[in-house]
Amino acid sequence: MEIFRVKKDIPFMKYSKISAVISTTTFILAVFFIVVRGLNLGVDFTGGTMMEVSYPEAANIEDIRKTLQKIDLKDSQVQNFGNEEDVLIRLPIRKDLSISDLSEKVSTALKLSNNSMEVMRVESVGSQVGDELYENGALAVLFVFIGIMLYLTMRFEWRFAIAAIIANLHDVIIILGFFALFQWEFNLTVLAAVLAVLGYSVNESVVVFDRVRENFRKMRKRNVPEIINNAITRTMSRTIMTHLSTQTVVISMLIFGGEILHNFALALTIGILFGIYSSIMVGCPIAMWLGTNQTNLAIFNPERKKENKEL
Amino acid sequence: MNQSARWKYLLILTAIVLSTFFVMPNFYGESPAIQIMPLKSGEKIDASLLQSIETILEKSEIQNTGLILESFHIKVKLKTAEEQLKAKSLIQKALGNQYVVALNLISNSPNWLSNIGALPMYLGLDLRGGVHFLMQVDLSTALEKSTASYLGQFRTALRKEKIGYYDATKDNDVMQIKFKSKAELNKGKNIIRGINDNFDFKEIFVNDEIILKVIISEQTKKSIREFAIKQNLETLNNRVNELGVAEPLIQQQGLDRIVIQLPGVQDTAKAKEILGRTATLEMRMVNESNFNRDIFEEGNEDQIPVNSEIFSDRFGNSVLVNKEVILTGERITNAGPGVDGQTGQSIVSITFDAEGASIFKQVTRDNIGKKIALLLIEKNLTEIVTAPVIKAEIGGGRVQITGMNNTQEATDVALLLRAGSLAAPMEIIEERTVGPSMGKENISRGVQSTLWGFVAIIIMMAVYYMFFGVISVITLSVNLLFLVALLSALQATLTLPGLAAIALTLGMAIDSSVLINERIRDEIRNGNTPQASISMGYKMAWGTILDSNITTMIAGLALFMFGSGPIKGFAVVLVLGILTSMFSAIFVSRAIVNYIYGNKRQKSKLSIGEIFKVDNN
Repeated sequence: MEIFRVKKDIPFMKYSKISAVISTTTFILAVFFIVVRGLNLGVDFTGGTMMEVSYPEAANIEDIRKTLQKIDLKDSQVQNFGNEEDVLIRLPIRKDLSISDLSEKVSTALKLSNNSMEVMRVESVGSQVGDELYENGALAVLFVFIGIMLYLTMRFEWRFAIAAIIANLHDVIIILGFFALFQWEFNLTVLAAVLAVLGYSVNESVVVFDRVRENFRKMRKRNVPEIINNAITRTMSRTIMTHLSTQTVVISMLIFGGEILHNFALALTIGILFGIYSSIMVGCPIAMWLGTNQTNLAIFNPERKKENKEL
Repeated sequence: MNQSARWKYLLILTAIVLSTFFVMPNFYGESPAIQIMPLKSGEKIDASLLQSIETILEKSEIQNTGLILESFHIKVKLKTAEEQLKAKSLIQKALGNQYVVALNLISNSPNWLSNIGALPMYLGLDLRGGVHFLMQVDLSTALEKSTASYLGQFRTALRKEKIGYYDATKDNDVMQIKFKSKAELNKGKNIIRGINDNFDFKEIFVNDEIILKVIISEQTKKSIREFAIKQNLETLNNRVNELGVAEPLIQQQGLDRIVIQLPGVQDTAKAKEILGRTATLEMRMVNESNFNRDIFEEGNEDQIPVNSEIFSDRFGNSVLVNKEVILTGERITNAGPGVDGQTGQSIVSITFDAEGASIFKQVTRDNIGKKIALLLIEKNLTEIVTAPVIKAEIGGGRVQITGMNNTQEATDVALLLRAGSLAAPMEIIEERTVGPSMGKENISRGVQSTLWGFVAIIIMMAVYYMFFGVISVITLSVNLLFLVALLSALQATLTLPGLAAIALTLGMAIDSSVLINERIRDEIRNGNTPQASISMGYKMAWGTILDSNITTMIAGLALFMFGSGPIKGFAVVLVLGILTSMFSAIFVSRAIVNYIYGNKRQKSKLSIGEIFKVDNN
């Protein structure tokens, strides 16, 4: 079985101007949503308390709200979580109550009003810890960007590095844009997914660029767009198979992973889908426009030759 | 062309066999068990305790399936959860409150596996249930306490030497003494140096004022902070012991934080209460009058004089003490073991703060020849740590307690005195609790995600790449085996995001096989012979596999460096998964292919699925 039965190379680069418009628009839209709606940051980053409680029968959200109001916690959010029995309660940081007292107060009050309630999970994060996690998250993203840039510059050249990193940035911004638009909760686990996407979706660009470099060596008579088109077309089957496999696992996570892994899997899904698009229609055109050609892409790479011998 | 060296096959087979051993413990499940440990952490256990536990169990006809004696605890493996609860209460009753009996789970994997170091994966709190606390230690308070204590010592010393000064004050950790003359300032400086040589001095002469600023050196500040954290850790250790948690984790994190993980603890309210409790140390006079020990020991409590109480010391002797409290542990700034320079006896030296010193001076002056008792009160347990005789009036806030039998005893007493109070106040700044049913649910969610994802990949690969797809699937299975074996062998903490990472790395690992298979197809498409295509396919794919894995590795490392808790768990699995997947894709899959195709001279067709011919102009 072969999915891609293409005789001639698909002229991807012919559509690069259209795709540039599409990419720029989605990018700007994503930035717009992030700025206007903002990310719905979880307690990991904002500080505060999140409690998941479970009842043997469908939970009465109104009752829970009333109970919380009685103990003077009016600014709490109560909502169902995944199913009717489970409830998620979010409480902001209180100056007059320590985070450990807060969760205790809530569980005592809820237990009092319905003894069959069970606390499934509590996550309480003090404001200074939240700030640190936020900072560390930003540092991690920065570290990954710089690390990947350096590696690609070493392995290929700076034009590819810039092209790949812009393609990646595009993916990350779009994931964040989705999270802002739909106000899905953005927590530490989702951040891990974003970073995994960063590492993973660069693969896509690497595979295509690897082929481009090889083509520069083999097809000396063709022009740059033709070489890129051939590289993309010839790696298409691999792209689809790989992403299909990864996406299959991610779908399995969406189905079986429960609420905690839900947003994680969502971020991965968006990352994978846009990763395919961006490495082809963002990364390659940028590399082309930056002036990648036979001369500046190392045709003879002694390091690669050595590796080939070893196998 | 496509033949692997024998050592490669051997290497792979060895890796697979070893991995199988390390994966095995994960499949044996766990038995209910109880764990018995002394209340004071760090105390050793001897074999006689093992004997008595065995007799207790035999008497009540509870069958154990294994008794394990380790240096700090005893574990008893039991058959059912009911027996576990029954055994717990029986043993707790028999051994009394000097021992803690906790519920635990022990892996059922056979001993020979544990002996080679093969243990089940170490599950994080989100998978096994429990509480995680991050506590912030307020070190500035510890520093301030120490400063106040130093200032008190200075005042006493200056007064003793009759050196005139107007006042001695402090601002945070800087002390300031106004002297009457320069000569007195110099004398004062020498005296302060005599107390402790770790101060920096600054002399200020303005408007006829003669001021000596005493600044605690950075090194001393550092040791004060370290001491405070250490003392808090000791205190927490003792308190957690009381909670009866089988495998607690209490660890310093960064400069001023302590992480506490209590697997299996459900009663968070109780945990918080005990961790946040301040145990008190009290000094009271021993009542030596009108006390007839014999009568008391017959249980006749009427004999206890009014205003007195009776407690036992560490050796079980009863001591009658006054109800009136002279001093509390809050006044103690330091306690440490030592040796008396003259007699060579083991001693414990205690330092009081200024107020404590002056009270102590007065009490010792009025009670020479009498006994003073030090009581440690934790919850409902009161113990007399020691009850030395007052030999002389003691000023200056530094006390030496003699009468310790050896250095070990001195260390124990010092620990108890310090454990009585926290050196610096602490606050819970992060709490994560996961209920037990949630933990089990999380495991099944993670395992199901991995399992079904894996099954789907198997089908896809076999359909699309036929026999080479099957090889890819075998490679992927070996990869999974390696990954789980590594996680078990390293005892890395497995969290729910970690389980997700196992699934994710499986999805990503197939990329290497896809790259190889596509390359082989390419080569066949270009008209190469099957053997040459295999060889070229692997060769050409290698560079790409390396590049794409290294970029993911960079992301994994960043998560490991900057992530905490569950995210670190994700990162560990991601990084290990990348390593195992590269090894399996390059070595294992090549070895399988070579084993099957390598010896055949001319294979006309490879079973790698349909190959579509393209125009390559």
